[in-house]
Amino acid sequence: MHRYIPNTEADKGLMLDSIGTQSIDDLFADIPKNLRLNRELNLPEPMSEMELSAHMKGLSSRNKNTENLVCFLGAGAYDHYIPSIVKHLAMRSEFYTAYTPYQPEISQGTLQAIFEYQTMICNLTGMEVSNASMYDGATACVEAAMMAVESARRSSIIVSSTVHPEVRKVIRSYMKFRDVKVIEVDMADGATDLEKLKSLIDKDTAGVIIQSPNFFGIIEDLTEVEKITHQNKSLLINYVDPISLGILKSPSEYGIDIVVGEGQSLGNSLNFGGPYLGFMATTSKLMRKMPGRIVGQSNDVDGKRAFVLTLQAREQHIRRYKATSNICSNQGLNALMAAIYMTTLGKKGLKEVAHQSTLKAHYAFSKLTESGKFKPLFNKPFFKEFAITSSVESSKINKQLLEHNILGGYELEKDYPELKNGLLLCVTEKRTKEQIDKLAQVMEVI
Amino acid sequence: MMKDYNKLIFEVSKEGRKAYSLPPCDVEEKELNSLIPDSLLRDDEIDLPEVSEIDVVRHYTNISNKNYGVDTGFYPLGSCTMKYNPKINEDMAALGGFANLHPYQPEETVQGALELMYQLDRMLAEITGMERVTLQPAAGAHGELTGLMIMKAYHESRGDKKRNKIIVPDSAHGTNPASAAVAGFEIIEIESDKNGAVDLEKLKEVLSDEIAGLMLTNPSTLGLFEQNIKEIADLVHEAGGLLYYDGANANAIMGIVRPGDMGFDVIHLNLHKTFSTPHGGGGPGSGPVGVRKDLVKFLPVPMIEKKDDRFVLDYDRPDSIGKVKSFYGHFGVAIKAYAYILSMGAAGLKEVSQKAVLNANYIMSKLKKHYYLPIDQVCKHEFVLGGLKEDENHISTLDIAKRLLDYGYHPPTVYFPLIVSEAIMIEPTETESIETLDGFIDTMIKIAQEAKENPEMLKTAPHNTPVRRIDEAKAARNLVLKWDKNKQ
Repeated sequence: MHRYIPNTEADKGLMLDSIGTQSIDDLFADIPKNLRLNRELNLPEPMSEMELSAHMKGLSSRNKNTENLVCFLGAGAYDHYIPSIVKHLAMRSEFYTAYTPYQPEISQGTLQAIFEYQTMICNLTGMEVSNASMYDGATACVEAAMMAVESARRSSIIVSSTVHPEVRKVIRSYMKFRDVKVIEVDMADGATDLEKLKSLIDKDTAGVIIQSPNFFGIIEDLTEVEKITHQNKSLLINYVDPISLGILKSPSEYGIDIVVGEGQSLGNSLNFGGPYLGFMATTSKLMRKMPGRIVGQSNDVDGKRAFVLTLQAREQHIRRYKATSNICSNQGLNALMAAIYMTTLGKKGLKEVAHQSTLKAHYAFSKLTESGKFKPLFNKPFFKEFAITSSVESSKINKQLLEHNILGGYELEKDYPELKNGLLLCVTEKRTKEQIDKLAQVMEVI
Repeated sequence: MMKDYNKLIFEVSKEGRKAYSLPPCDVEEKELNSLIPDSLLRDDEIDLPEVSEIDVVRHYTNISNKNYGVDTGFYPLGSCTMKYNPKINEDMAALGGFANLHPYQPEETVQGALELMYQLDRMLAEITGMERVTLQPAAGAHGELTGLMIMKAYHESRGDKKRNKIIVPDSAHGTNPASAAVAGFEIIEIESDKNGAVDLEKLKEVLSDEIAGLMLTNPSTLGLFEQNIKEIADLVHEAGGLLYYDGANANAIMGIVRPGDMGFDVIHLNLHKTFSTPHGGGGPGSGPVGVRKDLVKFLPVPMIEKKDDRFVLDYDRPDSIGKVKSFYGHFGVAIKAYAYILSMGAAGLKEVSQKAVLNANYIMSKLKKHYYLPIDQVCKHEFVLGGLKEDENHISTLDIAKRLLDYGYHPPTVYFPLIVSEAIMIEPTETESIETLDGFIDTMIKIAQEAKENPEMLKTAPHNTPVRRIDEAKAARNLVLKWDKNKQ
């Protein structure tokens, strides 16, 4: 008997009698004998809860984490503060042990939470509609690119080389199988090279993908990109850090067609890379091309306000191979955490988090570049991340920082060989002046 | 009162309230426009709620009360394996040494996490009879897509470039054909035989040198084991194709038969079904993909390898299909599946499948007198009914499902698979007791009785849920997809 399996031997006997069979084996008689596994699976012996807990704590203690390291690492996953209530509320088992809300009468909690999430994503981005979330930022970006291809009926996508390297890699993997050409635009001084963009965009270009703040933290000139893109009747896709929208102009003001991004920084733990959530918002015009679940408001037979999954005719369980995407789930629990986070921070709080991150990042930047040992890689306005370089190898710097229990920056050479010794540092509202000063002090003597 | 709570968080909002606190900024305060040009800054207010902390807590607690989860009660949702989600696994995933790891930390600081992923890869490979498993795919559908990309890469690596078609049975999950389309394949749907199994003759007709492979769930979506699986595998392989296993129904076979031994070449598992991780109201899931030995080189980067005594992320894999997701997949979900496997062990996992199958057959044996059972044979972990046995009052499966809500049950999956009309797909899982099953059986029989005596009661159900039947047509016609303060 296992603690997760309630039926006893006596129960089993009763049940077999009712079925009219002698043994459990009879229930598997339809499986050809020569295919069956005639041995036990080779797995560790079952553990009691006590043993399991000890084993797992042993494994976790072999990791150093952002509680015992001071984190200046960002590059797409961010160490923002998560208010205590986010986890408490999201871990209500009515939320996390529920399935997809296909039975709306007993799923109003999930449905309303998603409806509110959609509203908050729309208000944050200024866009007209949002879906219920997707796997992560990278796959949301791929889906946006596919939307552009379908809607413009063109065959190529332009992506800036300042877009997160992993996002670009995922786009390449997917597009290889869709006969969609992916063209990268170079950068100039850490931002998309607009002259090159002009020369690359043509009648085959379905969409242009620009990240802002980009991978280096730089705020891109979306006004100019918008002109170039829309003059060519291509769609403009903006990959954005949602926290930055606390202070930066909203994508809709630039005339963006599809906004996507990694929503982790909205109240989700770092989790060694996942689960996170991808968000996606667009215009009413493109709404029916948008993949993923969407919740709409309606009423029940008594006229009471009620929420329900809607526009399902786009989805795989109805359209099968003609669906807008094969996506079936959303990141329900992660979207819930994002919604609780946005609710908790609210109108003023999100702005303040963005504001403090900006001030602290700029303080760190000036502190680090003060002596001249570290030079800015670029000279452009930035949000909470910035890139610097020096004569010292970035891996060496990170190693020494780690000895001081500091999690250093992202080594840019891994993805941009031309940015030798480049280090991308991130400063969120969680970092204190003292921690930043310590970082500068340690780096100065390496 | 809880049931009557019907406010949106925006309607609770009041100017000036707040639920957050931040320490005072300890670096020099500056005007933002001295750091970032005005033209790039936002000048509108973001319309987010203004509420105090207790407002947030009450709001989400109240709306959670309108939800039904596995912890609330029986959830026999076919094909979804809504088993108990062990609490200890949540605690383990929340350990600081797991939850607070940045994905780009140096390898030497994440050895415990890498070891966990490496071990889970090996355990899932053993359970399925595969060589290696990637944990990168985010969900079942994402696993399918990854598997199909691997299949395409395999054929192309052999210079076999015209294989652009995938065969999918008409009983398959909707994601199968949709994933094949996203991977750039044409889809050939084949009709199932009268027992819902693959029709060998029809399969032979469509096999050719243009076929990349066949996607199959076994047990099928009818809950029946494909007894001809070996013949199917041989036919597909002889035609040069590959066999793909949709692991949605793996809860029926653990420790009993393995996809690899049945002849499958590529598989995915749903950790959120078979391996007890919660569904989260729609996600996050996790859809690891396993492959046979000669396909390992195509798996997405990075794989986790052991070099001497260290675990490393291996990106140096020239034949890999590349990355299908940021970072390394849903690590937080993988932790829970790993903890589950350790809790169960080999004997426990076998007992899972045995008891899941026992529970399904027990309900089936009791309900077939009252409901139409299109295929009356031993089922695996689930079975499919086709509405009421006697139905003079035109009671639909939907009516039955909605009436179950009144009795406090989550209904089974309805209207799927598409090959059974009025389908009711029941999957009890192994974590339910005979008492729970009996309660459900009695209720289903009572509903069959009500269908004869009081059909209106069913047609207007549910009656005592937080909201009653919802006007879905209105939701789609008159689209309201967000709260708009100007329209209140």
